[in-house]
Amino acid sequence: MLGITVDIENAWLDALLGVVVIVLLMTITVLALIYIERKIWARIQMRLGPMRVGPYGTLQSLADAVKLIGKEDLRPASADRWVFELAPFAVFVPTFLAFIAIPFTRDWAISFLDLGLFYVVAVTGLSFLGFLMAGWGSDNKYALLGGMRAAAQLISYEVPLVLSLLAVSMVAGSLALHEIVEFQGRVPLLVWQPLAFFIFIIAVLAELERQPFDIPTADSEVVGGPFIEYTGIRWSMFFLASYASLFIYSLLGAIVFLGGWKWPLGAEAGLWLQLIWTFAKTSLLILLFIWIRVTFPRLRIDQLMSYCWKVLIPLAFLQIFLNGLVLVYDWPDIFLLLTSGAGLALAWYIIYRAVRVEPRGVRLVPAHAGRPATTAAPAGAEAGDPA
Amino acid sequence: MVQEQELETLDININMGPQHPSTHGVFRMVLTIDGEKVVDVEPHIGYMHRGGEKLSENMDYRQAIGYQDRTDYLAQFLNEQAYCMAVEKLTGLEVPERAEYLRLILCELNRITSHFMFLGAFGIDLGILGTSFTYAFREREYIQDIFEEVSGERLMYGYFRPGGVVWDVPENFVERVRAVLPHTRQGVKDLDMLMTENEIFAARTRGVSAFSAEEAIDWGLTGPMLRACGVPWDLRKDKPYSFYDRFEFDIPIGQYGDVYDRYLVRMEEIRQSIRIVEQALDQLPEGPILPEKLPRKLRAPEAEVYAAVEGPRGEYGIYIASKGGDKPYRLKIRSPSFCNLSALRAMTIGNYLADAVAILGSVDIVLCDVDR
Repeated sequence: MLGITVDIENAWLDALLGVVVIVLLMTITVLALIYIERKIWARIQMRLGPMRVGPYGTLQSLADAVKLIGKEDLRPASADRWVFELAPFAVFVPTFLAFIAIPFTRDWAISFLDLGLFYVVAVTGLSFLGFLMAGWGSDNKYALLGGMRAAAQLISYEVPLVLSLLAVSMVAGSLALHEIVEFQGRVPLLVWQPLAFFIFIIAVLAELERQPFDIPTADSEVVGGPFIEYTGIRWSMFFLASYASLFIYSLLGAIVFLGGWKWPLGAEAGLWLQLIWTFAKTSLLILLFIWIRVTFPRLRIDQLMSYCWKVLIPLAFLQIFLNGLVLVYDWPDIFLLLTSGAGLALAWYIIYRAVRVEPRGVRLVPAHAGRPATTAAPAGAEAGDPA
Repeated sequence: MVQEQELETLDININMGPQHPSTHGVFRMVLTIDGEKVVDVEPHIGYMHRGGEKLSENMDYRQAIGYQDRTDYLAQFLNEQAYCMAVEKLTGLEVPERAEYLRLILCELNRITSHFMFLGAFGIDLGILGTSFTYAFREREYIQDIFEEVSGERLMYGYFRPGGVVWDVPENFVERVRAVLPHTRQGVKDLDMLMTENEIFAARTRGVSAFSAEEAIDWGLTGPMLRACGVPWDLRKDKPYSFYDRFEFDIPIGQYGDVYDRYLVRMEEIRQSIRIVEQALDQLPEGPILPEKLPRKLRAPEAEVYAAVEGPRGEYGIYIASKGGDKPYRLKIRSPSFCNLSALRAMTIGNYLADAVAILGSVDIVLCDVDR
């Protein structure tokens, strides 16, 4: 944002300001997100959520942050020191880096990269390393299990994520995020690429390790997984990174699929209006993720893997193939919608076939079949022997 | 040429518990896992042992009621019922009709709360982020309020006495229960909608740790665990105690004996318990709640008795050996959690680690009941 609107000459100062802005933005969004998620989560569960700290509990996140900073920074004696201590950074920094390339409005971004989409995907994909480091370095079996699960899951789901975004960039004809948004002036890409959007949402859920894919950190199985030995500030860095990723992926979805700031107002809308549109779309996706998180049970690791490799990746390739067909032969745009829609229907059918739940009930055996009542019921009562 | 090398793999031992979120108390499983598959399970129990049986032997028959509450702390009324039935058998006390009805109503309500606890906790075991838990707890709370009004306690009721109940229920008891039951019905429906036909829920539970009827009987399973395997064995039907033969209700049985069936059976049992309570409320007579000639001190002849009730987890039985006097010579509890838990190893081996949690949840153990 600074590079464009303020136009600072000094490159170092520019970079420094950029870092400050990102860190501030990240911290504030995460604090707000945690509060909002807890509130929505509580509403769904018929609770009030945080109510004590500040009006309606608005300062709860802040209080939690202060508490976490004040905690002792513990390290198990048998932990691999450097791996253990660097792991939070290995998760935190990629998330942090991704903020650089994401534009918020037409004129606001830290940096408009020509390969923005590629960059964001590449950078966020690094975070699995941090989970693996945390899992290995903690010298804890739960952490190791969780770390392995995280590595398997994150690497697997990186593939459909990238492929779905690739399909979109084929249609938009660019890898630069701002150009993808400019492309969506009339119709958001969600309309042309519903299948890619579907794959994107699922893959993002898995990348974020949120329900139903919170397998690496599953509370009831591996008790927090890679984070099990972390406390205080190091733990809060994992936490921060996870919520920042939630924001980034939602922002990415809003920009790539929902038309970012451009649709439906067009690029001429005022700066604030653009900002509001971007954030409204982001919030919509965040709400979706929270909603899913609160209502779904967790998948098992083998189900997760087979879903990725047997369903999502073939479908993502199918989407790319269909896009290629339409684009090479220069068919009208409506074919994009038709083919992708057909793909989505196919996806729905495959999933329906695989997990179709045939209603299964219990058999009811009457308690007194063919046996006379041994005791007479009191007069006036309707009970007695049904047979 | 690429040389093929066989990588050596190692099974790791995982110590699940005694402090682990999904062991439902202080239970310890030493799991040997090969990757994500469970190769071996070694359950360790005894962390909650308080010697309730031995302590009961040093109390007179009325004082020991308090210890029965503390075994299966989710089905306190049913424990008291079993204990009181045993003592009544021993001393020959007659229970007035009203007291027996009150006991039956409270026992069935208690079964409902216990099964709600299962439904909530089971959702958490499968990874629902507490939503099932709050839904289930809302319904539990309505019934818990009734228990509190009746007995003055929320957890350790101590309301039943050999020969009846300690005092009569509040005047508005019948209306209160009637008012709560529609809520309960709706609560079951809510949880049903949240979980039963959820595809992920079904994928996680169907076919996991399926037991055949023979296996289940061989392991001595009782309660919903056994009925899920298709054996319609319910003490309320097969060895009727109390007034269960006066009511119309059905025994739900499953087909496959897997985790899903256990869940379904428990869900249906809530509905059946509601039916029983409704009928019992219709029939609830007026009258005394304790026998008229109640001895100040209960003295038992030299005898051995066994009385069992169908608890929410299975057959909860109390065996008392008396050598005369006002204390039991030996009191033994046949706790369903302990017997059902014994099959854990057979159920878990070969499944995934995540399934182990679901399976343990489906046994619905109460560790205080396992260890006494």
